[in-house]
Amino acid sequence: MKTTLGSNGSSEFSVQPSALQSSGIEILPSRAASISEAGKPGEDVRCGKTSIAGSVSQRACVFCGSRVVLYPIADALHIVHGPIGCAAYTWDIRGSQSSGPQLFRNAFSTDLQELDIIYGGEKKLERALLELIAGHSPKAAFVYGTCIVGLIGDDVSAICKSVAAATGIPVLPVASEGFKGTKKDGYKAACEAVYNLIGTGDTAGISPVSINLLGDFNIAGETWVIRDYFARMGVEVVATITGDGRVDAIRRCHGAKLNLVQCSGSMTHLAKKMQAAHGIPFKRVSFFGIEDMSAALYDVAKHFESDELMEKARAVVRDEVGKIYPQLRAWRDDLKGKKAAIYVGGAFKAFSLVRALRTLGMRTALVGTQTGDAEDYNTLREMCDPGTIVVDDSNPIELAKFCLEQDVDLFIGGVKERPIAYKLGIGFCDHNHERKECLAGFVGMLNFAREVHASVCSPVWNFVPRRAGKNAVRLKASKPGSEEAVA
Amino acid sequence: MSCASTCRVPPAEGDEKPEDPSFPSSSTNPCKLCTPLGACLAFKGIAGAVPLLHGSQGCSTYIRRYLISHFREPVDIASTNFSEDSAIFGGRKNLHTALDNVGRQYRPALVGIATTCLSETMGENMPMLIGEYRAETRDLPPAADRPALVHVSTPSFKGTHADGFHAAIRALVETLAEAGLQADGGKPLSGAASQPIAVMPNMVSPADLRHLRDLCSEWGTGVTLVPDYSETLDGPSWADFERMPVGGTTVAELRALGGATAAIELGHVLARAEHTAGTHLKNKFHVPTHRIGLPIGVRACDEFSAAMEAVTGREMPRRIALDRGRLVDSYVDAHKYLAGKKAVVYGEEDLVAGLAVFLAETGITPVLCASGGRTKRLADAIFAAAPELRGRAEVREGSDFGDIEARVAELKPDLLIGSSKGYRLARSLNIPLVRCGFPVHDRLGAQRIRLLGFSGTQELFDRIVNAVLEAKQEDSEIGYSYL
Repeated sequence: MKTTLGSNGSSEFSVQPSALQSSGIEILPSRAASISEAGKPGEDVRCGKTSIAGSVSQRACVFCGSRVVLYPIADALHIVHGPIGCAAYTWDIRGSQSSGPQLFRNAFSTDLQELDIIYGGEKKLERALLELIAGHSPKAAFVYGTCIVGLIGDDVSAICKSVAAATGIPVLPVASEGFKGTKKDGYKAACEAVYNLIGTGDTAGISPVSINLLGDFNIAGETWVIRDYFARMGVEVVATITGDGRVDAIRRCHGAKLNLVQCSGSMTHLAKKMQAAHGIPFKRVSFFGIEDMSAALYDVAKHFESDELMEKARAVVRDEVGKIYPQLRAWRDDLKGKKAAIYVGGAFKAFSLVRALRTLGMRTALVGTQTGDAEDYNTLREMCDPGTIVVDDSNPIELAKFCLEQDVDLFIGGVKERPIAYKLGIGFCDHNHERKECLAGFVGMLNFAREVHASVCSPVWNFVPRRAGKNAVRLKASKPGSEEAVA
Repeated sequence: MSCASTCRVPPAEGDEKPEDPSFPSSSTNPCKLCTPLGACLAFKGIAGAVPLLHGSQGCSTYIRRYLISHFREPVDIASTNFSEDSAIFGGRKNLHTALDNVGRQYRPALVGIATTCLSETMGENMPMLIGEYRAETRDLPPAADRPALVHVSTPSFKGTHADGFHAAIRALVETLAEAGLQADGGKPLSGAASQPIAVMPNMVSPADLRHLRDLCSEWGTGVTLVPDYSETLDGPSWADFERMPVGGTTVAELRALGGATAAIELGHVLARAEHTAGTHLKNKFHVPTHRIGLPIGVRACDEFSAAMEAVTGREMPRRIALDRGRLVDSYVDAHKYLAGKKAVVYGEEDLVAGLAVFLAETGITPVLCASGGRTKRLADAIFAAAPELRGRAEVREGSDFGDIEARVAELKPDLLIGSSKGYRLARSLNIPLVRCGFPVHDRLGAQRIRLLGFSGTQELFDRIVNAVLEAKQEDSEIGYSYL
């Protein structure tokens, strides 16, 4: 790349052409191919690449991908092999719940120090595993590799094998070195690790009408909500991978007759492996929004070719929609015509959110993901209204620019996106794995609508300068701390 | 609620690896974060600065998320975004591309470049890589727009976030400070009296930074805070999009530090460090430097006041004297509520030392003073400032919450004082947690928690007393409404 640091020439920057109103915010030219617009013919969105250095991507790393997927397995020991940061930043951050063991909510780390970097961390890892397994009696242990593990040459697999032999529990290495790809590669590494458990348990007594739930993480009890719907249909849920996950259930999940894949970005790899090895078919579904949740139940009934199941599925949908519909309609009246921005991890969630917003009378004006592929973005371009910005691997400056230009009323994202929305006077709904609200299932749609309504219709926006208009106190870039800063 | 139990065994005898017995083989629920986080926080206190981490994308994103959950403000941190190629062939290209792109997107006044465990393990020669970039961009116009580049080495396998914070402050001062410049960027004036003093405030809240500025104003002196994130990490709602938050210490102010009238560096433990920003100003520019504890409690605030008196030549202003008097008055009002109470304090070493020294004044015994840091200076710092704690306070360095939990069974504390990370322990013990320090991500207003000065101590003291009273009231079957 040609060095242009310090240049003020605006010709260096591309400005979105057909924006509603220009914000004057420039974006990196090298990012232009990752941004597209619904309703406009164009090439595929550039995606699936590592982030551009210095772009301030909202993505994390390979380790993050593995850690989020395996985290909810509640009775396993999760130990991060590396310096302290990676374990510290992922300690008890998710909204995943367990109906039993809470072991997964601890942060265990080998806390590698300078001497370990010099002499290697294998012995420390081995001792750590032996001590922690003795102290906590987990059903299995996952050992997450971090950036430097490969560099210092630790043979993590060999240590895992010897500890497994000594303790009698599965000790599974997760190849999650941060720089070895993107978050998606971390998902894959997690699937590879958990796959080692599958097929090692007894499948006796599993119903012929049985499923596994893949890619639901029991955020705020969501897995339990979905389990209840299937229980009412008479469908046995063998294992939930990984929400409220248990090692023993995962060991025997190859006895199920169908895999339902909810977070397809993270778990399709595992579903494909199970299909190849155990002949279990899979269906991609989503539990977010009325349409997608209902479709998931009907898909299962169709798969088992049972009129009885279909009738029960319809009854569940009828009951549940009946419970939430009056309230949804009331909120819809307030939200009709409002515009939303979506920036989430995976594309399947984005599809569901576009539909769920429509249910509330809202329009999606910006939609982006961290890990979508070209096909996903084409789907988004087709399903969104013309003019909607569709973006891969965005950053704070781009997101602020699009929010301003599209003049959105709501942002759906995670903790990292929240301050962008709030500073600009935009409502916010947390749909990330750290949330503590159940947003899946029919009750989840009601909670989602409540949260959207509460934020978009809050009286506080009357006071934020960007919304309150002319009488706002305006800040000038001036000497910090001086009284003139507020003029 | 189940939490970790600790099981620690000493390293096996005859282990051929050189082993420091004070380093256990694992950490359970850490009481520290990694060094680059501290560096990022320090750089956020410089006007127009963008932190850039030389390593994997995850480091910057995790640290951003963590800082956002505490400050509830935008925290943009760039990454050089290592891939497998860069891990094999070196990160030169990534660093240069990142500097280009950060320059284009933010037009920063300063880029604070911090390393990570990955780039440090690879042995990246940062001064060389940055020097090459400077040379390559030297002839590009306009030179005035080019950001200052400040590099700090922050391997996450060495030290804690607090060490990263102090290393970045030191790097800023060592890289930028010169003699004979004016803080406002103008030409040097005759006489040093117009120059502000330098205050290295340690890792304190934006509200405490604002209070330090107010205190200096009361004492009649200007101040350059290094760093000053009082506005950048606690700013108002935007009227317009802000590419970078308004506020922070300017590069011109940092450059002028060589001519500072005096320097005050806060932190009982930091004061015992060999090389700091303060020692640099003292040794290179002969700036009179006062290295004292965080001003929490009467004694430490008196020491701070004495330093201000020495620096400004003035007596304690009446407003501050009144604050002092009120604090002492409230100590008296509350002393019987607190008598015999035991507290566990945890967090960064300087926070722990500051809190312990203050608590000892009030009748609360800090029975356990724990930090994830391992400077080997914490105990000395505490007992030097509060000798009465010798034999009554257990000081644990290299601690974590597994370790703390193992000790509380015996120590039976009445309250915890520290970050949100102690919540699970407080809940399981059914004792109050008085939140302060970093991170506080389960309450609103972490940016505005005050500890410093007589009035900041007053706020903390009132919260502590009321937490004790509330626990007593809640636990009582009778429920007295007068206490």
